[in-house]
Amino acid sequence: MGSYIPHTDDEVESMLAFLGLSSLEELFAVVPEALKLQRGLELADGVGEPDVMARMEGFADRNRARSDHLICFAGGGAYDHEIPSVTRSLAGRSEFVTSYTPYQPEVAQGVLQAVFEYQTMVARLAGLPVANASLYDGGSAAVEAVNLGVAASGRETVWLSAGIHPHWRQMLATCAAGTGHRIATVPLVDGVTAWPDVGPPLDDPPGVLVVGYPNYLGCIEDLAAARAICDRTGALLVVGADPVAAGLLKSAGSWGADVVVGEGQVFGTGLGFGGPYLGLFACASAHVRRLPGRLVGETVDVEGRRAYVTTLRAREQDIRREKATSNVCTNQTLMAVTAAIQLGWLGTSGLVELARRCAQATKYTRDAVLALDGVDAFAGAPVLREFAIRLPIPAAVAVERMADAGFLAGIPLAGEFDDGEHGLLVSVTERRTRDEVDAYVTALAKAVAS
Amino acid sequence: MSGTPPTPDRGAPGGKAASAPLLGREAEPTLFELSHPGRRGWSFRTSGIPELPVEELGPDAHRRREPVPLAEVSERDLVAHFTRLSHRQFSVDLGAYPLGSCTMKYNPKVCDAVAGLPGLAGVHPAAPASLTQGWLALLVELEETLCEITGMAAATLQPAAGAAGELTGLLLMRAWHEARGSKRTKVIIPDSAHGTNPASVTLGGYEVVTVPSDDRGCVDMEALTTVLDEDVAGIMLTNPNTLGLFEEEIAAIAAAVHRVGGLLYYDGANLNAILGVVRPGDMGFDIVHMNLHKTFATPHGGGGPGAGPVAVSERLVPFLPGPRAVRLESGDQSPVYEWTVPPQSIGRMHTWHGNALVLARALAYILANGGDGLRRIAETAVLNANWIRQRLSGTYDVPFDRPCMHEVVLSVRTIKQAHGVRALDVAKRLLEEGFHAPTVYFPLIVEEALMIEPTETESPQTLEALAESLERIASEANARPDGWMAEFPHGTPVRRVDEARAARTLIPTFDARD
Repeated sequence: MGSYIPHTDDEVESMLAFLGLSSLEELFAVVPEALKLQRGLELADGVGEPDVMARMEGFADRNRARSDHLICFAGGGAYDHEIPSVTRSLAGRSEFVTSYTPYQPEVAQGVLQAVFEYQTMVARLAGLPVANASLYDGGSAAVEAVNLGVAASGRETVWLSAGIHPHWRQMLATCAAGTGHRIATVPLVDGVTAWPDVGPPLDDPPGVLVVGYPNYLGCIEDLAAARAICDRTGALLVVGADPVAAGLLKSAGSWGADVVVGEGQVFGTGLGFGGPYLGLFACASAHVRRLPGRLVGETVDVEGRRAYVTTLRAREQDIRREKATSNVCTNQTLMAVTAAIQLGWLGTSGLVELARRCAQATKYTRDAVLALDGVDAFAGAPVLREFAIRLPIPAAVAVERMADAGFLAGIPLAGEFDDGEHGLLVSVTERRTRDEVDAYVTALAKAVAS
Repeated sequence: MSGTPPTPDRGAPGGKAASAPLLGREAEPTLFELSHPGRRGWSFRTSGIPELPVEELGPDAHRRREPVPLAEVSERDLVAHFTRLSHRQFSVDLGAYPLGSCTMKYNPKVCDAVAGLPGLAGVHPAAPASLTQGWLALLVELEETLCEITGMAAATLQPAAGAAGELTGLLLMRAWHEARGSKRTKVIIPDSAHGTNPASVTLGGYEVVTVPSDDRGCVDMEALTTVLDEDVAGIMLTNPNTLGLFEEEIAAIAAAVHRVGGLLYYDGANLNAILGVVRPGDMGFDIVHMNLHKTFATPHGGGGPGAGPVAVSERLVPFLPGPRAVRLESGDQSPVYEWTVPPQSIGRMHTWHGNALVLARALAYILANGGDGLRRIAETAVLNANWIRQRLSGTYDVPFDRPCMHEVVLSVRTIKQAHGVRALDVAKRLLEEGFHAPTVYFPLIVEEALMIEPTETESPQTLEALAESLERIASEANARPDGWMAEFPHGTPVRRVDEARAARTLIPTFDARD
């Protein structure tokens, strides 16, 4: 049951005979007997498709927090945006799904051109000239950006804003154990980064600054201030930008970012319990030879026709081995193709409209929530499409109560921002209706009062 | 062994794509060239939320004055464009894809259906464990299953791909040594290793020490012994190695590395060959990464997403990344699942919990095949590779002429010396036969390498057709004038591309043209 092997018994026998063998076991004669597994794997026998689906539906049924059951007000880098049928349909085409890294460009122009278009869109969003073919997720893009920044500046000290996603910060700390980078976390004041004074000479000047735009709390950071520190110290500016907010905000590149990274899940990839997502990565031309991951470039074929190919391969690990700029090989190409389709569907006016709808729904919700007794703003800095509040009860308790009322209320800030456990991060996308928001506010009033 | 060619039952090969109609000779315009100002595809939900002008949203100093320029196309044109692009793309669903080291097997469609279940696909990753018990149970079951398959104690499911798994493994190695107060500086890698291995070692803060292969294609034991000392943190091995050969001395290698206090890392790129036959844990490995997109068919997605879980032996469990899903003891009650962070955890390797929907696909694939079916996969994959080796051994050079595992490395060296035809030419010529090309010029230690991994899902008829094509190509190299082969392919969407020009005059976006 459930086998995808085509061979009949007769065919197996005839192939063995051709090899001069009498059993499949003999194929493994080179494996020392003492090492072989002397039993079958202790796993259930294979089953057919209906049984597989039933088992997997059993898992699915035990997830209460599914977006078709609990109305989603959680964000924090994973957003409940509309995914139109056209994106699902095109991104599900098996030519994109079942191919691999385009090592043979003559038969991989489909993926190569889609990635070239994706790179163009990401570069335009970032306001920078170059974007790569994708990284694993926002956090891994931030890790690669810091690696690039340290290599380019020649300095291993990283000033990391506390407004960067807490999980990205954990990843940066984890990877720093290998690279030896020194990470100094710069705290927030009233929702935005309070950079140290760089007037006096520094003993240990930073090689890289990392800041969110907007940051994890939804607050809009002053990138001009961060850029000024970089100009003074020679550090590179890495900005973790929300690509939906980019529909309304000046690009990070226009503020002087050297590298822009972001979470690309917002463009056509579902919540999916956190993966597979999409690491966006764009940089200034000066850094293209340090770019991590793959890069598609335009060229021509022998007849002079336009063609695409992965390029600047000399950076990559299959050629440069231990001197490569990164170890990334398999990336998130399917999500990149998905993003290109979704951004094609949105187009110039759709991205503005998406960002506007998110922002006005956020403002509507925030105004209503802050009018509730005992609910306060977490920070005073301006927000666009996500905001944090302080509740009179622990946020984790509020989330449980709100689930019973039919909502995923947000993400508890549990101790991440020195506030006890009363902070709640709330996100409102274009999918939320006025009725849903009104019901949410009513339920929240009840949840925090009881 | 018999030299008589086999005669599989007649019937057309299911994996030969030479019938694919690739329409037209023109380049597909980019989406930006298809754009027409004012055209649109988007539509949103009727929300009822009061509309506000953008001037009232966000601070004025940060407000964008001009929209981000994207393409403006109708939904119809969008569909046509990406459908045409898909017609310019080879895939497993189209035909055989014997790309060595990549395990391009058939990807069962039931796994697509699993990944689309709203109860899995619609779950926010920050929702608390109390609301996501199904997901945690799924992750725990997958972890236990992967540990049984590899013979290890516990696993992290966070790494998003094989290379991320490698870095995770090296950071585990570092944390383990440091916890024992041991400062080590070097990691040993064979010269046949995947390029990601040395790149990951550098990111792990170690120095790469390369050991050569011996004349049988395995780790040179003598050379290994000379580099083993107390500075060695560990060794990274692929077994079967990238030549498709089983490292028969693995037990001796493990003993020698352990003797100097080092750890053994298993690169699971080639795990398909040994499922249910022999386990990395039983060979003496301490850390094992798996490529679920290869061995467990979760598809490759044109270059990702993958998933690269890392399983470890008992002594490394406290160092695993966190949070990890665990099952709590609950007596007679149905089990409860919770997130925990191991006491000496290296930290976090993914923004959330790993490529969760890829993990779900892998579990579905394993459930469908079962323990018995997994072993059958390894047996058939090895059978297919050996059949190709035997069949083509008189036609191409076989640098290491002994039974292989799931893939075989051939060489075009003799043909090149006689006729100037290179491995690259053979690869490009094969495209025109309706097959994807093998991996070429890897491993680096084989001249003019053709690395062929048929996988278990290609039928004997497809293997026969593939072998016939490769034989035809070899005889063409003989019969045709010099340079004839270098003209191929002719009938693909584009012909050979100018890679040097792409690097010299970099055009990484549409905006960089002209």
